[in-house]
Amino acid sequence: MVIAIASAAVVFFGARAVSNDYVFFAGYTVLQYIVLATAWNILGGYTGYVNFGSAAFFAMGAYTTVFFHKSLPLPIPALIVIGGIVSGLVGFGMGYLTLRLRGAFFAIATLALAVVLQTFVVNWDYVGGSRGAYIIRPSENVLTGPYIQYLFLLMLSLVVVGLVCARGIERSRLGYGFAAIRDDELAAEACGVPTLRLKLIATTLSGALMGMAGAPFPYYIGYLQPSSAFGLEYAVNSIAMPMIGGTTSWVGPLIGAILLGSLQQIATVTISSAVNLLIVGLLLVGFVIIAPNGIVGLVQDRLRAGAK
Amino acid sequence: MPLLEVAGLSKRFGGFVALDGIDLTVTEGERVGLIGPNGSGKSTLVNCICGTLANETGTVHFDGRPVDGLLTHERTRRGMARSFQLPRPFVTLTVADNVRVPLLYTVNARRGHALKPDELDSRCAELLQLVSLFDKAAILPRDLTQVEMRKLELARAMAAEPKLLIADEAMAGLSQSEVDDIVGLLIRLNERGITIILIEHIMRAVMRFSQRLVVLVSGKKIADGPPETVIRDSEVEKAYIGE
Repeated sequence: MVIAIASAAVVFFGARAVSNDYVFFAGYTVLQYIVLATAWNILGGYTGYVNFGSAAFFAMGAYTTVFFHKSLPLPIPALIVIGGIVSGLVGFGMGYLTLRLRGAFFAIATLALAVVLQTFVVNWDYVGGSRGAYIIRPSENVLTGPYIQYLFLLMLSLVVVGLVCARGIERSRLGYGFAAIRDDELAAEACGVPTLRLKLIATTLSGALMGMAGAPFPYYIGYLQPSSAFGLEYAVNSIAMPMIGGTTSWVGPLIGAILLGSLQQIATVTISSAVNLLIVGLLLVGFVIIAPNGIVGLVQDRLRAGAK
Repeated sequence: MPLLEVAGLSKRFGGFVALDGIDLTVTEGERVGLIGPNGSGKSTLVNCICGTLANETGTVHFDGRPVDGLLTHERTRRGMARSFQLPRPFVTLTVADNVRVPLLYTVNARRGHALKPDELDSRCAELLQLVSLFDKAAILPRDLTQVEMRKLELARAMAAEPKLLIADEAMAGLSQSEVDDIVGLLIRLNERGITIILIEHIMRAVMRFSQRLVVLVSGKKIADGPPETVIRDSEVEKAYIGE
């Protein structure tokens, strides 16, 4: 916990030392992906339920902000909390509706949920509908000076919250319950694990974290439209990053998101922004073949082999 | 005092009647063998008793209270444990953690009985020692042999501190000495006061283990009594050998 906050402070002041706003813009995206990947991993990695609808949860957070921006302006930290609650409720609802679905069927249901929610937002005029919505970002903030630094700091705090949360789960009773569900639901139930309730906890937590990641997004992007909030890259990245990093531990999504997120930012600047998903695709294929358990799994195998 | 009381239990899959009005009473501390040809409904009966399947008619009482409508994990918490026909270990957890899961979710879930971390560790060790898997605590289940996997299955069931243990074909595919090993283990568990229902095809094991034998044929209970009497029963002979 202390270490997490300390390293977050190092990251923040390190970025300030560079004194280039671009670092904050690029860094924000990477941090946002760390939160998304960590959130996805709580349901996908720990509990074994693959969610293809991450973009929907992210967008719910973002559109909650748009809604409040128009109706009742609140400070962003409050919006993050509200976005988290809204997305958490959506997660709970999704979990409730899909309790009996497993494997591919669950994945398809989450994909369907994303489509349904996108259609809903496109047709909701108050938040901009298909035209999109403008959010004018204040240029300054009392706390940090440039506003982007404020957003960066908020996202950094969310990273800390997400990672502490994930690490806490991993070592708790909840984590063992999730792992048991992932490995064998029937056996888990026979061991006294309340599988239905735990699945609901996982979908809610995961959804809430994704929504929190999405809440500051309208302020970051300035102009939010359904196709960017529900973008394919969120769904794909939040799956690919934990897969590449390793899904069994909180370190995996962190490594995967930093690696893939930075690579995408570099590619956007140096090659073209369209190369992003190509990189993800190629890396994913590569890792599935070479290291099916991600970087963390690869390291663990090496260590185990070294011990023998 | 009866620990488990099954009355008039029926289960059908579509038009197929898998269980037809089963009555079964098991007294505390008893060792009951449950046999029957393939497809006679043994596993279905276990699944209905444990709540994995819902029975259409009939009731199940456990420890003096009805458990109908309760989910499997709730029944497990009341003291009903089972092992699976095919071992179903948690493959990404170590052997010790496989046992830790039921400890966390049954013993620790009961009010006022939460174990401290070091108590948990020692309880895990105890359970693994009981089935002589202690030196394998840190490895993954995929590196276990068949018989060790069965033992892990039993240790995991035992972790829930059950009153009743239902062992569903805990010995299928094992060698003779391994079968003796498991039977010995089950009898030791019974001596600790656990009621056991053993479902098995290996007659040698069933005869050695059971104090009472129950025979199921096509979803009906056709015999229930002392093993020596039951296997001489003409109906049982007919079901197994034909006329």
